[in-house]
Amino acid sequence: MDILNALVAILNFVVIPAASYGAQLALGALGVTLIYGILRFSNFAHGDTMAFGAALVILITWGLQAIGISLGPLPTALIALPFGIALTAIFILGTDRVVYRFYRSKRSAPIILVMASVGVMFIMNGLTRLIIGVDEIRFDDGARFLISVQQFRAWTGLTEGLSLRVSQALTLVVTALTCWALFRFLNRSRAGKAMRAYSDNEDLALLSGIDPERVVRLTWIIATALAVTAGTLYGLDKSFKVFNYFQILLPIFAAAIVGGLGNPLGAVAGGFIVAFSEVAVTYPWRKIATYLGFEPQGLLQLLSTEYKFAVSFVILIVVLLFRPTGLFRGKSV
Amino acid sequence: MAEPYLSATAMRGGYGKADILNGCTLTVERGQIAVIVGPNGAGKSTAMKAVFGMLHLREGQVALAGEDITHLSPQERVRKGMGFVPQTHNIFPTMTVEENLEMGAFIREDDFKDTMAQVYELFPAVADKRKQNAGELSGGQRQQVAVGRALMTKPSLLMLDEPTAGVSPIVMDELFDRIIEVARTGISILMVEQNARQALEIADIGYVLVQGANRYTDSGQALLADPEVRRTFLGG
Repeated sequence: MDILNALVAILNFVVIPAASYGAQLALGALGVTLIYGILRFSNFAHGDTMAFGAALVILITWGLQAIGISLGPLPTALIALPFGIALTAIFILGTDRVVYRFYRSKRSAPIILVMASVGVMFIMNGLTRLIIGVDEIRFDDGARFLISVQQFRAWTGLTEGLSLRVSQALTLVVTALTCWALFRFLNRSRAGKAMRAYSDNEDLALLSGIDPERVVRLTWIIATALAVTAGTLYGLDKSFKVFNYFQILLPIFAAAIVGGLGNPLGAVAGGFIVAFSEVAVTYPWRKIATYLGFEPQGLLQLLSTEYKFAVSFVILIVVLLFRPTGLFRGKSV
Repeated sequence: MAEPYLSATAMRGGYGKADILNGCTLTVERGQIAVIVGPNGAGKSTAMKAVFGMLHLREGQVALAGEDITHLSPQERVRKGMGFVPQTHNIFPTMTVEENLEMGAFIREDDFKDTMAQVYELFPAVADKRKQNAGELSGGQRQQVAVGRALMTKPSLLMLDEPTAGVSPIVMDELFDRIIEVARTGISILMVEQNARQALEIADIGYVLVQGANRYTDSGQALLADPEVRRTFLGG
């Protein structure tokens, strides 16, 4: 019985939160890795693209709620999401027109594009704050739990409870569908293959008649869709706060680099690796150790949660030292 | 005499201020194999790049099938029937062999299954690996994929920049055999080669370039037989 309790506790406090956090990171890292592979720079504005998109989704959600539209048990934000993606994509294509295209046509060094993206990041950050404010916003209407602790205890008779929130389940389902659609697009469709070809060998892609500006536009749109989806899911799961999206940039980059920059499969794997490490290292394991018959003195928490970003840094440093191209052989940084 | 299929005449130009090409002329008839040889720095690859439009010409002109294409971009020249295989970075390494060929046919709106079957027929070794990533193949097989990719647009002129660089002698012979087969289907070949002797053996016409200008022009066999050419450029 105690082993079962330990398992349920691990599931409830480590596996489920880490899986949904990992899925959000994976979606974010996919966008970063696509932009790195095709536009050949690390987009620092990606976190604020997530924030900007999520902010628009929240505004649209409020509008929908005001006119009485809802999705029943599911959050209304799901209806708002496609509109949020479309608006953000227009904005991002605008930044490409105004900022990045100039440097691309000059064939500037990647570091210059990175610095330009830092500028875009600050502008988007400010815009988002102007639009929606700096306060914490909860917008997860609909049902809260798929499985609640009380229900679970009643069903199983275990002392340990398990909960699965709608936002967590939704994150996993949406991420799985998005990844499936993205990989199918990249591997099967003509436009997707053109994107991979361009990422593989820009000059040869040009010789083959692939239009680089089209590939670039498509990449921005897809990366934006991934970013806004990730941002909305993260906001539904953990509440929306502009500053958090700036902070999440680090684990997202760690995920993309761990998996191998430019490699989409690696980005997904990297997202889960970073999330599970972060949660496992900051979770106090005392309760589980007790179930397993130990009598630990302390909390058995390796790192307090304030330091969770250190985990990303450590993973980054280790990967860059020992396997600079990442686990799935991306481009070297 | 009718105008040759490709005629690049009196080409003059370079990358900076100094000219690399000094009045170089290259012509290829339909179905002919033309080989450019010469010492290092003679401007062999540059001459080919000029034909393909990757180099700005200050003087001279390039005509394909009688049409002046001097001012077209490389992409436009591909649509006019030119196929180009660069010396390096000539495949998409993380894409499968089949996808590489598909990308070669990117500009084609029609069904290219037949062309792909022909390429597989020409290169059975890569046909066996069609689902494998091109970057995982051996050097010789990569070159075959690279040539196959360029053939997917059904070019009338195929340009190869040192196709045998870095492959073993056996693989080189094999590649040359394939190139002869391609030429027999009526495709003109323009090729730059380091392995001058072997390349001239299969050449219908050979150009020996020195300092960006034509030094000798003759059939491959005649150049091989010329004691002057042998002594100066083929090492005796």
